[in-house]
Amino acid sequence: MRKNRTVFLSIPYLLWMLVFTLIPLGVVAYYAFTDVSTGEFTLANILSLGQYIGNIGDSMLYALVSALICLLLGYPVAYFIAKQSPVAQKFLYMLVMLPMCMSFLLRTMAWVGLLQDTGIINNLLEAIGLSRLPLIRTPAAVVLGMVYNYLPYMILPLYATIVKIDPKLIEAAQDLGCNGAQCFRRVTLPLSIPGILSGMTMVFVPAVSTFYISQKLGSSDTILIGDLIEKLFKQAYNPNMGSALSLLLMVLVFIAVAIMNRFGGEEDGVIV
Amino acid sequence: MKHVNRAITVLIFLFLYLPMAVLIVGSFNTGSNLSHFDGFTLSRYAELFQDRALLALMRNSIVLSLLASVIATAFGTMAAVGIRALRPRLRGAVMAVTNIPMTNPDIVTGISLSLLFVFVGSGLLGMRQSLSFWTLLIAHITFNLPYVILNVMPKLNQMDPALHDAALDLGCTNVQAFFKVTIHEIMPGILSGAVMAFTMSLDDFVISYFVSGTDFVTLPVEIYNYVKKPIPPRVYALFTLLFLLILVLMTVMNLLQVRTDRSRSASHRAGMIKEEKR
Repeated sequence: MRKNRTVFLSIPYLLWMLVFTLIPLGVVAYYAFTDVSTGEFTLANILSLGQYIGNIGDSMLYALVSALICLLLGYPVAYFIAKQSPVAQKFLYMLVMLPMCMSFLLRTMAWVGLLQDTGIINNLLEAIGLSRLPLIRTPAAVVLGMVYNYLPYMILPLYATIVKIDPKLIEAAQDLGCNGAQCFRRVTLPLSIPGILSGMTMVFVPAVSTFYISQKLGSSDTILIGDLIEKLFKQAYNPNMGSALSLLLMVLVFIAVAIMNRFGGEEDGVIV
Repeated sequence: MKHVNRAITVLIFLFLYLPMAVLIVGSFNTGSNLSHFDGFTLSRYAELFQDRALLALMRNSIVLSLLASVIATAFGTMAAVGIRALRPRLRGAVMAVTNIPMTNPDIVTGISLSLLFVFVGSGLLGMRQSLSFWTLLIAHITFNLPYVILNVMPKLNQMDPALHDAALDLGCTNVQAFFKVTIHEIMPGILSGAVMAFTMSLDDFVISYFVSGTDFVTLPVEIYNYVKKPIPPRVYALFTLLFLLILVLMTVMNLLQVRTDRSRSASHRAGMIKEEKR
C-alpha cells in the first residue's frame, strides 16, 4: 500500500521526460521526413545524406582518434591518482574537474592564441632560432582541441574504476608469481575495462558532434557533422535537412554506444 | 614505472592548465592580443565592473543556472524516490529514458528542443517569438534532471529500508519519514547532484545556443557571438575571477569533506573501542 502511493511521485517526471525528451526526438524525425518548403512527406532529405559521406567519415575518424589518445594519456593519470592517499586523491580529482567548469569556448580561444602563425608557440620557436611551424588549421590541431577539451571525461570514469580494484587481488597475483607488468596486464587492465569503455563513450560522443573546435582550430575544409547541423539550422534555415543529419548522428552514436556496451558485456549504466 | 606515471601526470596537468594560464595572463595585458604581452595593467578589471552589458549577461547566466539547478534538484529527488518504487521492468525502461539526454549529443538535444518550441510556439500558438527565457529554463531543467537522479539513486539504494520503516513505526507519516529520515541519508547525493547541475548549466553553450531567444542571452552564447569581432580583454578578467571563485569553492568543499570524513572515522574508532570494552 505504502509503496503503491510512492509510485505516483514518478508521474510528473515521466510526463516531463515524455514532453521534453521523447516528443522532441519525434519532432526531429518529423522534420527529417518532410519537405522544407511544402511540409509534405518526403524521403529526399534522408536520401541526400550521401553527399555528406566525407564529413561523416571525418567526424568519426577525428572522434575515434581523439578518444584513443585520451585513453593513452588519461590512463596513467587516472592510475597515478588512484594510488595516492585519500586526501591527495580528492584534490587531484578536483584539479581534473576544474577545467570542465570553465568556459570551453574561451579555453579553445586560448589554443588559437597558442597555435596561430603569430602565436605564443611560434614566437617561442622563433626566439630560440627555429622556424615557425604551421600549427593551426591542421587536422592535428583539431585532434588536440578535442583531446584537450574531453580528456577529463576520460580520466574521471577511469579513476572511479581503478580506485575500486581490490588491492588484495594484486597481492594475490604477486603471490602467484606475477611481476609488475604481468599484474597490470592480467589483473588491473581487465578490471578497468568498464572505466575504459565509459571513458571512450564520454569522449567519443561530444567529439563526434562538436562544432566549435573544428571552426576555430581546423582548416576551412574541415567541416564536421556538428558544423553542418549548425549551419543548416542557423544559416541555411533548412531545419529539415539538419534534422535528417541529426537523426543520422543519433544512430551513429547509438551504434557506437551499443558496440562499447557489447565489449563490456552487459554493463548496466555508465559510470559518471 | 611509478616515476613515469608521475611525470606523465605532471605533464598532463600542465597541458590542462596551460590555456587557462594564457587567459589569466591575458587579463593583465595592456594589449588585446593573447599572443603578445605588451605590458601589465589592472585596468581590465576596472573595465569589467563598468561594463553593464557584460555584467548583465553574467547575472543572466547565474540566475538561470541557480533556478534550473534548484528546480531540477527538487524535481529529480522526488522522481528518484518515485522511480525506485516502480516495478523492476518499468524502472529499467524509465532509467533508459533518463539516460537519453546524457548519451545523446548536446547538439541533438538542443535542436530537438528548439524544434519542439518553435513547432508549438509559432506553429500551434502563433507566437511571434517562441524562444525565450522560459524555453531556456525548460531545456536546462531537462538536461540537469539525469545528473540529479543518477546522483540520488545510488544513495537511495544504499539506504537501509528499515530506517524508513522505523520512522513509520514511531508514528511518522510517509512525508514526515522522508523529511526527518530519508532526506538526511541521501543528502550527499542530493548535494553532489545539485552542484553538478549548477556547473553544467553555468557552462552550457551548445543547448542554450539553440533554445535561447533574443530577450534573454547567457554569457557562453554571447561569447560565441564574439566570433565575428575580437573578444574584449575584460572577458578574460571575468574568466580569471570565475576561475578563482571556483577554485576557492572547490577547495573549501574538499577541506570540509576531509574534515567530516576524519571526524566520522574518529567517532567510528571510538565506537569500536567502546564495543570492545563491553
